Amino acid sequence: MTQLAYHRPVSAAEAARLAAGDPEAKLLAGGQSIVPSLKLGLLAPSALIDLAGIPELRGIRLQGRTLTVGAMTTHAAVAASPEVRSSIPALARLAEGIGDRQVRNRGTAGGSLANSDPAADYPAAALALGAVLRTTRRPIPADAFFKGLFETALEPGELLTAMEFPVPDRAAYVKLPQPASRFALVGVFLAQTGGAVRVAVTGAAPCVFRVREMEEALARRFAPESLAGIGLAADGLSSDIHGSAAYRAHLIPVLARQAVAQALG
Amino acid sequence: MSQPIPLSVNGKAVTVEADPDTLLVTFLREHLRLTGTHVGCDTASCGACTVLIGGRAAKSCNVLLGQVSGEAITTIEGITPADGSLHPMQAAFKACHGLQCGFCTPGMIMSAIDLLTHHAHATREEVRAGLEGNLCRCTGYHNIVSAVMRAAQAMQAAGGGS
Repeated sequence: MTQLAYHRPVSAAEAARLAAGDPEAKLLAGGQSIVPSLKLGLLAPSALIDLAGIPELRGIRLQGRTLTVGAMTTHAAVAASPEVRSSIPALARLAEGIGDRQVRNRGTAGGSLANSDPAADYPAAALALGAVLRTTRRPIPADAFFKGLFETALEPGELLTAMEFPVPDRAAYVKLPQPASRFALVGVFLAQTGGAVRVAVTGAAPCVFRVREMEEALARRFAPESLAGIGLAADGLSSDIHGSAAYRAHLIPVLARQAVAQALG
Repeated sequence: MSQPIPLSVNGKAVTVEADPDTLLVTFLREHLRLTGTHVGCDTASCGACTVLIGGRAAKSCNVLLGQVSGEAITTIEGITPADGSLHPMQAAFKACHGLQCGFCTPGMIMSAIDLLTHHAHATREEVRAGLEGNLCRCTGYHNIVSAVMRAAQAMQAAGGGS
């Protein structure tokens, strides 16, 4: 591998300072996406800033109706957490369905969100639950966080520190996994809180997105039948060897109906 | 850029002078000559390189040495008792013939140990699903699952797992 500088800060502030001082540096969370990219030569940063030695970035806390997950909390920890399982079981199941055992032991919730892979699971949860993403500088609502393909609102030198998930009345996540990677070919996360429903789709486009027509229909009546007749155009959706845009467009309402049924079950 | 990295491997504390961006599997195989950990795909897909980091399975071809600073690493060489007998998981793989060519076996065993450590009472289906990160191109998995079920009983009888 290339020889690059390797930093291991002990606080989020120090990590943010290091990142701000070197625009070519990369923040390293669990490394489950970065390390393969380094090996393939898709990334050639000047330095890695390893966040593993920063205890303040880890942990899960449930206070009232807000579940806070530290950015460096692993998928395995989210999946096993009694706080997550009791407050937002759909989020625990989502974490349990990521990759495989080894990936879940290393990969982190914050790493997934900051990477904004178009087929990652966490962005759908953050967007559908209306999470607030806390950084070293500011709180960012999920609606303003995801900007495009591997692109977020995070600025150079800004470090994601924790996610605050409002606890919904009901939620569910259903994905059709790409069988080799377990990434979402398409995944639909929906959440109902009071009279409001949010529906977020991952895997189908360059960036996670909401489906307002489904949200409005489900807000009127939260039942699978409410989605009858709501179709999505294939225009702008992703097309690759795993599935055409038309196939992905077809999957979205199918998975959304399953998710409503699961949320009601 | 070489720097001192403290860690423990199979219960022995070591401080190594190495590049932190060395792959953990390269460090284990080429620096420590612990060649029981195999490199299969080198793309974090097959799981042949699985080791335990702090008791949890990870693919060592997908982890940098710098990331495990201060951590306890266990490789397949580290699970056998001092008397040279087999770990219950190894004994079960032998008894059930849970391998053919054997290339995936070290990683399979390390994953299976993690699985039973965190899920001692897993069903056959849960074992099968729980080993999704390890590929075997010979066996069809049937005897591997049988081996893990057998090991679960042996490890519970011995008071291991939880």
